[in-house]
Amino acid sequence: MVELLLNQPILGALLALGSLAALFGAVLGFAAIKFKVEGDPIVDQIDELLPQTQCGQCGYPGCRPYAQAIADGDAINKCPPGGHTTIASLASLLDVEAPALDEEHGEESEVQKVAFIREDECIGCTKCIQACPVDAILGAAKQMHTVIVSECTGCDLCVEPCPVDCIDMLPMEQGLNEWKWELPKPTDIIATDRNEGHAA
Amino acid sequence: MRPVFSIHGGVHPPENKAQSTAEPIAVIPLAKHFILPLNQHIGAAAQAIVTLGQKVLKGEVLAEAQGLVSAPVHAPTSGEIIAIEERPVPHPSGLSALSIVLQADGKDQWTELSPIEDYHAHAPQHLLEIVRNAGIAGMGGAGFPTAVKLNPRSDQHVSTLILNGTECEPYITADDVLMRERAEEIVAGAELLAYLLKQPKDILIGVEDNKPQAIEALQKAAQNSSVEIVSFPTKYPSGGEKQLIEILTGKQVPSGAIPATIGIVVQNVGTVLAAWRAVRYGEPLLSRITTIVGDSLAKQRNIDVPLGTPIEHILKEHGWQQERCARIVIGGPMMGFAIDHADVPVIKTTNCVLVPSTEEMPAQPPAQACIRCGMCAEACPASLLPQQLLWYSQSENHEQLRSHNLFDCIECGACSYVCPSNIPLVQYYRASKGEIRKQDQEKEKSDRSRLRFESRKTRIEKAEAEKEAKRLARKKAAEEAKKIQAEKAKLKQSDSGESNIVSAAIAAASEKAVDPEKEKAKLERAFSSAESRVSRAKEQLQKAQDEGADDSRIESLKARLKQAEQKLNEAQNKLAEFANRAPATSERVLQKLAASPQEKVEKAIASVEKRLASAEEKLAEARENNSPTLAALEQGVAKLKEKLEQNRSELAQVKAESGTSTPSQTATQTEDLTLNAAQQAIEKAKAKAAAQANLSAEEKQAQQLESLLSRLEKAKQRLQKAEAENNENVDAFRMGVDKLQAKLDQAQAAQKENSEVGS
Repeated sequence: MVELLLNQPILGALLALGSLAALFGAVLGFAAIKFKVEGDPIVDQIDELLPQTQCGQCGYPGCRPYAQAIADGDAINKCPPGGHTTIASLASLLDVEAPALDEEHGEESEVQKVAFIREDECIGCTKCIQACPVDAILGAAKQMHTVIVSECTGCDLCVEPCPVDCIDMLPMEQGLNEWKWELPKPTDIIATDRNEGHAA
Repeated sequence: MRPVFSIHGGVHPPENKAQSTAEPIAVIPLAKHFILPLNQHIGAAAQAIVTLGQKVLKGEVLAEAQGLVSAPVHAPTSGEIIAIEERPVPHPSGLSALSIVLQADGKDQWTELSPIEDYHAHAPQHLLEIVRNAGIAGMGGAGFPTAVKLNPRSDQHVSTLILNGTECEPYITADDVLMRERAEEIVAGAELLAYLLKQPKDILIGVEDNKPQAIEALQKAAQNSSVEIVSFPTKYPSGGEKQLIEILTGKQVPSGAIPATIGIVVQNVGTVLAAWRAVRYGEPLLSRITTIVGDSLAKQRNIDVPLGTPIEHILKEHGWQQERCARIVIGGPMMGFAIDHADVPVIKTTNCVLVPSTEEMPAQPPAQACIRCGMCAEACPASLLPQQLLWYSQSENHEQLRSHNLFDCIECGACSYVCPSNIPLVQYYRASKGEIRKQDQEKEKSDRSRLRFESRKTRIEKAEAEKEAKRLARKKAAEEAKKIQAEKAKLKQSDSGESNIVSAAIAAASEKAVDPEKEKAKLERAFSSAESRVSRAKEQLQKAQDEGADDSRIESLKARLKQAEQKLNEAQNKLAEFANRAPATSERVLQKLAASPQEKVEKAIASVEKRLASAEEKLAEARENNSPTLAALEQGVAKLKEKLEQNRSELAQVKAESGTSTPSQTATQTEDLTLNAAQQAIEKAKAKAAAQANLSAEEKQAQQLESLLSRLEKAKQRLQKAEAENNENVDAFRMGVDKLQAKLDQAQAAQKENSEVGS
C-alpha cells in the first residue's frame, strides 16, 4: 500500500487531501450542530438599536417586526422616533450608507411627547388601554383612566381610538434633571475676525 | 514633613485672590426676601412641609429630605412663607425650579436648638443623623449630601480622612479666609469626622502653599491633635477630589469609582465646619462664606451670607456697577457658569460670585480649527486625550467617547485654558456627557418598553390560545352531540321494509302491553265506583219510597238508578272483555314479533283466505235471497281476492329472498335488540302500573294526614319554646300552628268523606 502510494505520488496527494477534507468536514459539521445559535442574532442587534416606542409608524406592528424586516432587506430609514441617530447606528451596524429619514413615515420630533388623559372627560371605555402597546395606561371599564408617564413611549396609538378625544400628546416636561449642555455651534469665521471682537 | 506627590498636567492661571482677602469675613444686612430652592444639592429634591402664610423661626425645617441622597432645607431667618413656586435658580440652564420664598421679619429669631457638649457620649449613627438633619451638603461646589459620604459601606474601611482646603480656582478665597479665621473649629470638626469614621489612621488638611496665613492658623489650632496640615505647590486643579488624593497619598482612584473604595474620604473645610456647628451647637446649615469679587464692584470681600439671599441684594451692598460688568459668574472663572439675571439666590454650593469688568474678562475670542498641538493633552489632570475627545464629540461617536474615558473628565477647563485655538473643549465634553446620559436613560426606558411590549404580546397570545382551545372544545362537543343524535335517529328508522313493520308492531304492542295492568286497575275502579253509585241510588230510592215522596222525585231517582245500573253493566262488560283480551293481545303480539316475515305473510294469507271464504258464503247467501247488498258484497269479495293475490306475491318474494341470501347478521341483531327493548319497556310499564294501582287515593290521604300531624306537633313544640323564651316571633309561630291545624281538619274531613263514599 505504502509502496503503491510512493510510486503513484498523485494518488497519494489525492488521498491526503481527501482525508483532510473529510476530517475538516466532520469538524465543521459537528460545530454546526454543537454551537448552533438559536434565532437570528442580527435581528436582536437591530432590535436593540430601535427606540422601542412600538408606534408602528414604520408600517410594522412593533419594533421587533421592523427589525426582522430590516434583517430581510427593508430600508433602515423608516423610524421617525429614532430619527437620524438610530439610522446612523443601524447603518454602522449593517455597514451601509446612512440615508435620510423617510418623511413618508413621519417627521422626527425634537421634543419627546407623552400622552395625557383629561381625566374628567374620560368615560372609562378602555379603548386606549387596548391600544397601548406597552401597557402604560391604567384603568378599568367605567373607571377613569390615567397614563403612567414613566412608561409612556409617546407612540400616539391611544389618541385615535378615544371616542371622546380626551387624550392629548404633551411635550415631556423639561426640568433641571433633563437639562443638558448644548454642543457649541460651529463658528464660521476666518482668523482676521478675531480683532473685530466677534463672540463665539 | 509628609511627602507630597505631583499630578499630571495642570495649569497656572492668574490667581487673583488678593482682592478679596484684604478684609475679614463680613456680614451684610438681611435681605427682605429669601429664595430657597428645594434642590440645592445632588440627589432628590426636598419636599416642602410648610404652608403659605406660615410663620417660621430661624433654623426651622422648611422642606424634608426625600430618600437617602437628599438634604432638608431650613429657614435662614425668621419670617413668613409668602410663596412656594418656580423661581430662577443658579444653574447654567437658567431654568426655574420649585423654591420656598420667605419674607424676613427682621427679628432673626432663632428656633430652639439642642447643642451637644461632648459628642463622644453619642453613637456615631446618632451624630450622623444630626448632620443629615442639618441639611449639610458639600460646600466646595458639588453639593453631595455629607451624611451619605460620612457613612461608607461596611466593607469599606476608611484609613485616611482628607480635609480639602486647596481652593485652587482663581478669585475664590472663601475657604482661605475661613481657615484663617475659624481654624480651631475646623480642627474640631476634623476630629468629629474622624470619630464618625471610626478613627482613620491619617487625618490630613491639604492646603496649597499660596495661603500661608491659613496654614499658619491651622497649624496653631492643630498643635495638640492628630490632625496634620499638609501644604503643597500651587497648581490648578489640585483641589479636585481625585487630584488632591493623588497629591497627598500617591494613590489614584479607579475610573468610575469613589474614593471610599480605596479607603479615603475627602471633605471640604467649609463642610466640616458646618458639620461641627451642627453637632456642637445644633445649628443647621443656614449660611455660608461666599467670595464677592470682580472689578465692577466697589468693595470686594468674603461675606457670611444666609442661604437664599438674592445675589442682587449682595451686589447692591457691594456697590455693583452693572454697566461695567461683563457678566455674572457663579463660581470661579475656570469652572463657574454665567447667569443672565442677578435675581437668583445664594445656595449651599455658591462659593463665589464673580462680576468682572469687561476689561478684566473680555469676551471669549471665536474658536478656530484645532491645530493638533497637543497642549490640551499635556494640561489634562486626568491624563485624557482632549483632542481625540473633541473629534468624537463633534461626530457624536459616543462609543469612542466612552472608551476614551470621557466620564473621567472633571471639567476643570485646563484644556480650554491652554488651547491656542480658543476651542471651548469643556463645553463639548459637557454636552456629550449629557447626551450619553440621556441616551442611557432612553436605552433603559426602551429596554423596559420592549419587556412590557413582549410580555403584553405573550399575554394576549395566551388569552387567544385559551379562547381558541375553548372554542375547539365546544365545537367538538357539539359535533359529538350531533353524531349521537344522528345515530339515534338511524337506530329509530334503521333499515327499511320488514324492520319498519317490526318496530311499528313493537310500538303498538308496547303501547298496548304497557297498558293492561293500568287499564285493568282503571276498569276495576270504574266498576267499583259504578257499583257504589248503584247501591247509593237504590238506598235513596228506598228512602224516598219509604218516606212517601212525590212521584216525580221517585221517578227521577228510578231513572238515575237505571242509568247507574247501565253504567255498572258497561263497566262489567269492559272488565270481562279486558280480562279475555289482555293475555290474548300480549301473546299475539309476541307471536307476531317472533314470527319470521315468511310466516307472517303465510298467516296473513290464511286469514285473508278465511275472510274470503266467509265473504263468498255471504255472497252466495245474498244471491239466493236476492239481497240489495249484493253489489257491495261482490265488491268486498273482489277486494279480498286482490289482497290475497298481493299477499301471495309477497310470500313468493320473501321465499325467493330467504332462498338466495340469508338475512344479514346486522339485521337479525337489530331485530333482537328491538325485541329486547320492547320486552324491557313492557316490564317497566307493568311495574309502574302495579305500583300506581297499589297506592290508592285513600292510602295517599292517610300518608298526608300523618305528615300533617307530625308537622303540627313540631310547630306546637316550637310555639311553646318561643313562649317560654318570650321570643318576638311568638305571633308568627302561633299563626303557623293555627294554619296547620286548619289544614289537618280539612284533610281529616276529606278522608271521612272518602271512606263514606268507599263503603
